[in-house]
Amino acid sequence: MLEISGLDVHYGGVHALRGLSLTVGPGEIVALLGNNGAGKTTTLAAASGLVRPSGGTVVFDGHDVTGGRPHRVTALGLVHVPEGRRVFSTLTVHENLQLGGYLVRDQAEVRKRIDRVYELLPRLAERRAQQGGTLSGGEQQMLAIGRALVTGPRMLLLDEPSMGLAPLVVASVMELIAQINAEGTAVLLVEQNATAALGIAHRGYVIENGERVLDGPAAELRDDPRVVEAYLGGV
Amino acid sequence: MTQLIWNGLFVGSFYALVALGYSMVYGIIKLLNFAHGDLYMLGAFAGFAILGAVGGVSSSMALPVLLAVLVVTMAVTGLAGVALERIAYRPLRRAPRLSLLITAVGASFALEYGMRAAAGADPRVYPLRLGGSSLEVAGARLTLAQLVLVGVAVVLMIGLNLLVTRTREGRAMRAIALDPTTSSLMGIDVNAVISRTFFIGSALAGAAGVMAGAYYGKIDFLMGFLIGLKAFTAAVIGGIGNIPGTMLGGLVLGLLESFGTFWLGGEWRDVFAFGVLILFLTVRPTGLLGERVTERV
Ligand SMILES: Nc1ncnc2c1ncn2[C@@H]1O[C@H](COP(=O)(O)OP(=O)(O)O)[C@@H](O)[C@H]1O
Ligand SMILES: [Mg+2]
Repeated sequence: MLEISGLDVHYGGVHALRGLSLTVGPGEIVALLGNNGAGKTTTLAAASGLVRPSGGTVVFDGHDVTGGRPHRVTALGLVHVPEGRRVFSTLTVHENLQLGGYLVRDQAEVRKRIDRVYELLPRLAERRAQQGGTLSGGEQQMLAIGRALVTGPRMLLLDEPSMGLAPLVVASVMELIAQINAEGTAVLLVEQNATAALGIAHRGYVIENGERVLDGPAAELRDDPRVVEAYLGGV
Repeated sequence: MTQLIWNGLFVGSFYALVALGYSMVYGIIKLLNFAHGDLYMLGAFAGFAILGAVGGVSSSMALPVLLAVLVVTMAVTGLAGVALERIAYRPLRRAPRLSLLITAVGASFALEYGMRAAAGADPRVYPLRLGGSSLEVAGARLTLAQLVLVGVAVVLMIGLNLLVTRTREGRAMRAIALDPTTSSLMGIDVNAVISRTFFIGSALAGAAGVMAGAYYGKIDFLMGFLIGLKAFTAAVIGGIGNIPGTMLGGLVLGLLESFGTFWLGGEWRDVFAFGVLILFLTVRPTGLLGERVTERV
């Protein structure tokens, strides 16, 4: 469904991705793990069109989206939820969700999708008239994901949804992701929290310095001594 | 007293109309568009040219003609604003803020002296005047023309406010003002929305230009300079980037000038405006209704 092959990204002199390849199939949750600065965010940004790769290709659902403009990529159903949530801080929760429906002309359909998000995340419904910036970190993450759901995604690119959240909140975010996936949306899940990500993922990749160093089924990665040592705190 | 208030509101509604474009553009791309006042000037000249092409206008037809000219002019200045953004500002979207600012000053000169080259340096007399009957309301003398102009300005401002607060397009504008990158991930074509914002802001300035021409009767290629500064002042008073604030700022500035001129004399009018500007910039740079963001990280 998503095929990234031989991707290279340079930021000026920094070679952030070095021939990275990965795939995500329909219905899968694939974890993309790696330390800070490994190139995880860059991978998602290159897929969604936020950065232009210097080499390689990104194909989504048969469309070559390499270097495509972000709004077009979103329109195809490949939707990037950026690192740090990036909710629109002075807009209300409801307006944030409505923005997810920007491309949907039929307003009744937008309302239906937003109602669905409120059903899934009742906390957002309670806070619908509140400014996005006043929510807690966990709520902002829920809002960022909820907003992406309103676009009607076929695949989500999630960048560190657990970042800065308390363990209980991390668990509920992961549960939400698993639930969205169970309803048919594929997910590429970037995480530093390997335990959380491998808990719900089907497969995973580990990258270092912009290169893939490991990949395999989530269950195998969980037990791989190299992953355990480097990313699971040696437990 | 009521006369002073009325005069202030009248002038203030012009200021507000021009200030809105200034404020919208600042809101969405954080650019002080120094060429904005010149789009007002361009509007006045476009209206002048259209009226010249139409030929003589009988005074009974003055109002309907004015409204028609207004619509055409708004389209012309709107497109000029879009072209300005496309040619001068978009290539610098990622450049340092100062380069953009200098470009805006350059664009302002280009429009002023381009118009001077095209239409000459001498002031032109507007081929349509709105004089006419006047009436008295609560001790103030107002002309029908003034009433109509204020009416048009108010309708445009209400329309703009509804657009920004209630529609999908307005939501996209507000989203881009906060975070263009994330907006693009919502499927918003950011460049297209910025173009449309320039169109609307420039169209409003053009409308104000025609109204000023028809009301004051004289136009010249530098007429946008002062109004640009006044519009900037109005936007700062109200809270730049904030639509209702900017409207309020225009009216407040008009009233301040009206009363200031009455008490201190006409030669103090502009001093008054810029004194207020400096006061606000130092004491309350977010303006009367500037955004107070409550944010938790
Ligand atoms: N905008 C940028 N300009 C320059 N270098 C960048 C930029 N963004 C990321 N990098 C560099 O690219 C590398 C990969 O970064 P990133 O993709 O953000 O990693 P991760 O998300 O895995 O922490 C790092 O070395 C980082 O410093
Ligand atoms: Mg990152």
